[in-house]
Amino acid sequence: MEKQFTLSVLTEDRSGLLNHITIIFTRRKINIDSLNVSTSEVKGISRITLVITSTKEKADKICAQIRKLIDVLGAFVYDDSEIYYQEIALYKLSTSEVLNGHKIEDLIRNSGARILVVEANHIIIEKTGHQSDTHALYQKLEPYGLLEFVRSGRIAVSKSMRRTETYIKELEESTRNTLSIKDY
Amino acid sequence: MNVATLKIEKKVTETTERMSGSNALLRCLLAEGVHTIFGYPGGAIMPVYDALYDYSDQLNHILVRHEQGAIHAAQGYARVSGEVGVCLATSGPGGTNLITGIADAMLDSTPVVCITGQVSSHLLGTDAFQEIDLMGISMPVTKWNYQITKAEEIPAIMARAFYIARTGRPGPVLIDITKDAQFEAMDFSYTPCTRIRSYHPYPTLDLKMVEAAVQLIDGAKKPLILVGQGVILADAQEELCAFAEKAGIPMAATLLGLSAVSVDHPLYVGYLGMHGNYGPNIKTNECDVLIAVGMRFDDRVTGDLKRYAKQAKVIHIDIDPSEINKNVICHVPIVSDAKAALQALSENVKTNSHAEWLAEFHACDKLEEEKVKSKDLRPTTGQVKMAEVIQMLSDKTEGKAVIVSDVGQHQMVTSRYYAFKSKRQNVTSGGLGTMGFALPAAMGARMGQKDKQVIAVIGDGGFQMTIQELGTIFQSGIDVKIMVLNNNFLGMVRQWQQMFFKGRYSFTEMTNPNFQMIARGYGIFAIKVTERVELNAAMEQFLNHKGAILLEVVVEKEENVFPMVATGASVSEIRLE
Repeated sequence: MEKQFTLSVLTEDRSGLLNHITIIFTRRKINIDSLNVSTSEVKGISRITLVITSTKEKADKICAQIRKLIDVLGAFVYDDSEIYYQEIALYKLSTSEVLNGHKIEDLIRNSGARILVVEANHIIIEKTGHQSDTHALYQKLEPYGLLEFVRSGRIAVSKSMRRTETYIKELEESTRNTLSIKDY
Repeated sequence: MNVATLKIEKKVTETTERMSGSNALLRCLLAEGVHTIFGYPGGAIMPVYDALYDYSDQLNHILVRHEQGAIHAAQGYARVSGEVGVCLATSGPGGTNLITGIADAMLDSTPVVCITGQVSSHLLGTDAFQEIDLMGISMPVTKWNYQITKAEEIPAIMARAFYIARTGRPGPVLIDITKDAQFEAMDFSYTPCTRIRSYHPYPTLDLKMVEAAVQLIDGAKKPLILVGQGVILADAQEELCAFAEKAGIPMAATLLGLSAVSVDHPLYVGYLGMHGNYGPNIKTNECDVLIAVGMRFDDRVTGDLKRYAKQAKVIHIDIDPSEINKNVICHVPIVSDAKAALQALSENVKTNSHAEWLAEFHACDKLEEEKVKSKDLRPTTGQVKMAEVIQMLSDKTEGKAVIVSDVGQHQMVTSRYYAFKSKRQNVTSGGLGTMGFALPAAMGARMGQKDKQVIAVIGDGGFQMTIQELGTIFQSGIDVKIMVLNNNFLGMVRQWQQMFFKGRYSFTEMTNPNFQMIARGYGIFAIKVTERVELNAAMEQFLNHKGAILLEVVVEKEENVFPMVATGASVSEIRLE
């Protein structure tokens, strides 16, 4: 059964690597629903967060292929229950529309959004939450003539208590860099 | 343009020498033990070629006739020697001409390092003359690629390139070097790469999995081992035989696994896949435990996956974790180098034999002998058949030559009938199926294995895809025996047209040139055989000739290769006629 999976990929900070990762999705004709590249808590290491809609089996196969890339330190597949995740959305409206006696103030307050900027001709509203939340606000604001709308890629942290730093240290000390044939 | 570079520790030691990037590059090759390179010069790689002028006593550069020839030669070299093959090309078309071979090396896990020149860094991304984004183009077909824009990066990157190409599951690496980096002066010192924190080529053998596998194997009544190229890459032929002999398990080989086990081995039961032997295909769907070693369940081996080995417990040994459960879901995954895994299995399985089970394979062989082989090998009338030529070649070379086959019917016939005796004798394009592979790969194989006779077996179609490499063979005096099996058809496609497209031979018949005249034009001795009675004498002459020689054998025009598992069919539905 297809559902949403979040892939969290730890990589060396290297140009071209994102291209390398997206090729894996392109080959299988899988659409990336959302993508975010950010620094991680460990210096020099990036965290790439991707959201795809697929079966668990396919997500696992893709993850294995991402993990295989030379400059990838780790790749993990999560379903929504295994992570805390958020997206941020920005909504631009005309100031005169908003000030024109509409009940937009209540709307903003009730939806947990906030006003980021008020200019003479436009107002920017910001809302953080799951896609369903930002979409709900989108629908509510639409009648007021949205001038511009944008939503960020999903960012997520796992519920696991494992520290990235420890994980990287283990990789650095791994003996899997050379072949050892032992006696059994 | 902001060009990101790899952060490298700069080591200035007492041995540090001041030199150009080009000189440094060649010194890196020497430090990695490289003595043969295949290449073709051009604008953006000229500083390297200029430096090469002074290294001709240490680096043997073979000037090919097309960059595709350079990469296939490097592949052939790597496949027979087990060392990293190296090729050199210029930017733009030089690089794009390498791509087919790089893709081939990627699919067949061949260790090669390709070095390409690139326009100066200030011209990157400007559509400069012969500038192309080779990083982008090569990304899906390389194990790793990197663009060097500063001379000081060269030693560390080259060390990485060789480490990545040869370790773990080997593969092609492409290093693109801008022209300014080739010219730039730098302080040279070399430290081989032994570790990359994001790359772990040798997984730790999980003894729990070994134990689980041993349990399955010990309890098996009808076990079968599938031998892939992983066995050859891990140099695990002895460990494989020791394991199979102790547990008494029949062994079958994939196309690239051929020559890992001698065909004379009493437990060897043949060749797997679409045109493989009858027994191992049929029995795959009858065995109770399937032990796949260093193979990736390619569709040409499995046929219809939904009806492949469903009755069996599958043990999959592979060094690449992404191969586990990719095509066939396994019960016991052993993510490991084949040598380590086989050694562990060998130590722990109980001594056993499966004589009755083995006899079932022999019964299958009899049927195949009667239905296929007798007709293939011992025809008395009609045109010469490919199989009888290969059988004669096999007999006269005692199965000891390095055989480099191209792609198509002759490749399948060679794989079926050449009696390989030891490792690294079989060089062919498996995963990508690259026509034109054999002639240049044979040149490389010859450079990589001087003690063995190297024979290229090629069809009339494939021969003309890289025929210009006859010039390389001529100029460099490479002793390659070239056998062209000519049916004046693209035989494999024609066979499919006959079987699956109602005999509509759409653009598969070839009007061929006089191959002897072409060879002679390149100073290569050439003979041609059209009749069965001439074959023996011609073969003798072919094999005993000093230096390169072409033998063209005109074979049956519309011969079909059997057995055959048609696309989409199950291995159980293998056709004998």
